[in-house]
Amino acid sequence: MMSVISHWSLENQERARSILASYPVKRSALMPLLYVASLEHEYASLEAMCEVAELIDITPVQVQSVATFYTMFKREKIGDYLISVCTSISCHLNGADEVLAAVEEASGVASGETTDDGSVSVEHVECIGACGGAPAVQVNYELIEGITLDKAEALIDWLRDTKPTVLLADEMQQLFGGQRSFDWGSTEPQGATRPVPAFGPYGSTNGSARGGR
Amino acid sequence: MTDKILTVRMDAHPSDSHTLSRYLDTGGYEALTKALNDMSKEDIIEEVKASNLRGRGGAGFPMGVKWGFLAPAEPRYLVVNCDESEPGTFNDRQLTERDPHQLLEGIIISSYALGVSHAFVYIRGEYPKSARRLQRAVEEAYDAGYLGQDIRGTEFSLDVTLHLGGGAYICGEETALLNSLEGRRGEPRLKPPFPAVEGLYAKPTIVNNVESISNVPWIMTNGGTAYAAIGPERSAGTKMLSISGHIARPGNHEIVMGMTWRELIFDIGGGIPDGKALKAWIPGGASAPWFVPDEHLDTIVSIDDVAANGSMIGAGAVVVMDETTNVVAAAHRIVRFFAHESCGQCTPCREGTSWLEAVLKRILDGNGRPEDIDLMLDISDNISPGLKWPPAMTTICPLGPSTVSPITSITRWFRPELEAMIAGSEGPVG
Ligand SMILES: Cc1cc2nc3c(=O)[nH]c(=O)nc-3n(C[C@H](O)[C@H](O)[C@H](O)COP(=O)(O)O)c2cc1C
Ligand code: SF4
Ligand code: FES
Repeated sequence: MMSVISHWSLENQERARSILASYPVKRSALMPLLYVASLEHEYASLEAMCEVAELIDITPVQVQSVATFYTMFKREKIGDYLISVCTSISCHLNGADEVLAAVEEASGVASGETTDDGSVSVEHVECIGACGGAPAVQVNYELIEGITLDKAEALIDWLRDTKPTVLLADEMQQLFGGQRSFDWGSTEPQGATRPVPAFGPYGSTNGSARGGR
Repeated sequence: MTDKILTVRMDAHPSDSHTLSRYLDTGGYEALTKALNDMSKEDIIEEVKASNLRGRGGAGFPMGVKWGFLAPAEPRYLVVNCDESEPGTFNDRQLTERDPHQLLEGIIISSYALGVSHAFVYIRGEYPKSARRLQRAVEEAYDAGYLGQDIRGTEFSLDVTLHLGGGAYICGEETALLNSLEGRRGEPRLKPPFPAVEGLYAKPTIVNNVESISNVPWIMTNGGTAYAAIGPERSAGTKMLSISGHIARPGNHEIVMGMTWRELIFDIGGGIPDGKALKAWIPGGASAPWFVPDEHLDTIVSIDDVAANGSMIGAGAVVVMDETTNVVAAAHRIVRFFAHESCGQCTPCREGTSWLEAVLKRILDGNGRPEDIDLMLDISDNISPGLKWPPAMTTICPLGPSTVSPITSITRWFRPELEAMIAGSEGPVG
């Protein structure tokens, strides 16, 4: 069973093993495994879905049917930096449409598209739970609250110029953010290295976090 | 009189309220010790019943009563709902980022009382920081012997697994959440059977919200009666309200219910920025019918008073709109959300939500027709017959009927504005 992923990095194979061990029924591991497989294959490719299917003993079509239900499994290759602009109600009331336009303008691509050099993808999303710091955006799911039009442009330039390998929410908030939903407390050492949620047990985070149980 | 429960530690210790060491030296895990050593499982459930805590995830169902429905079959599961995706809501995010051990202690006590040995927290995929902070807390708790085998020298064992969602609002609905956790599409199940009888893997399962469970340690320490004594009779305890939109002090405010909306918006929320006038507000998230100043400023902020006035507190999201707000655009934004998030199982929801979105869009684009208001009400009536509150259901879950809330709100409170927009549509379209 595990042999199907013997070409994965050792770290990701270990992640897959500990994910499978965390659930009494292995099909529950589908979404976590698909995130790990998306790291291996850069997105939830057909190959990724076939591997996950074999790991949990269901058919690839069943995995695909689940994957297509959720917006965070990307079934096409996307940029290194996924910029998600919230355009739900509270952000809408605070100028989110203009923020989206500024991001599109600065990146040169419309929502749903990826730049030719493969660096940046833009999408508009529903509420990301940052309404008190509206308008809000995420880069690879790391949050920036209270962004302005100028700062949105500056964010794109910064991503292109400095090509950060790890996106730290606190750093981005410092550089490009404003009003927050609440005091964030102390800074967080971990951030995202890919457009997959930066969660140690199965995400693209820097630093080592132990596996789930 | 206690007026804050959940945010005390994070306010007093902003730099490290999320760590085990700070948690321990502010009384953390003492409630667990008390529960394990001095209380039977029945005692714990009795205290939760006595607290009169009504679930904070939106439906307001009494937590102790739900626990009482848990079927005896084994194994049983506890699933904590941290999917928090209702537009306007961000309180579970703060509770998990800033005080993860408070939630974890609540999970451990609840699991002990309910006879659960494996608990899950379903966290929306867009909350990686919540997931990281909870993961760290879980690791600390295993190392300190609060999780794992034979917790604190007892025979009680518990594992906690964190599970990230994939960006689907509907997975906040408890049965959709369970399907998602089973590795399936997040489609709500028909009820009954209720999760307490057939939930995760068809086993007895309690699903509770993050804020609900975060109150459990306090209830164990201070007693259910003390909790019930806070606030109005049927809205006991404190409530985290997320206030956003056009408001001077946006954010989460932990309040005791019982004040008026005027006090909430103007005193706690600091009023409307730039001296503008209040036009409307949503008292309980995108699903809730709107309130307006002429009618509702002196209404009491409580679960029952808001319900009696045709809306709901829901998960506690207050969205404030000032006089400059284009209410049709605001309604469109909310309807668009539901159309996007409909899981597609029920025809009235799948078809009706996109149709409503399309009609609102054409009105906004200057192509509205005089019959569009009646058309929207007619579509709404097909989704939720009679347009009553609480809504009648033709669908498996309440998402469909939620779409109707912004429609009835603008047709009821802002009809002239809607009509003027449609009238202005006639002739050449700019
Ligand atoms: C469409 C829909 C979305 C929901 N989203 C959430 C959510 O994000 N978080 C939550 O706790 N409850 C949500 N609920 C309510 C849950 O179904 C369930 O009632 C709740 O998690 C039970 O916990 P409680 O009793 O502690 O409130 C939602 C319900 C519906 C119909
Ligand atoms: S009402 Fe809508 S979201 Fe709910 S089950 Fe039916 S189609 Fe799905
Ligand atoms: S509406 Fe944008 S974060 Fe909630």
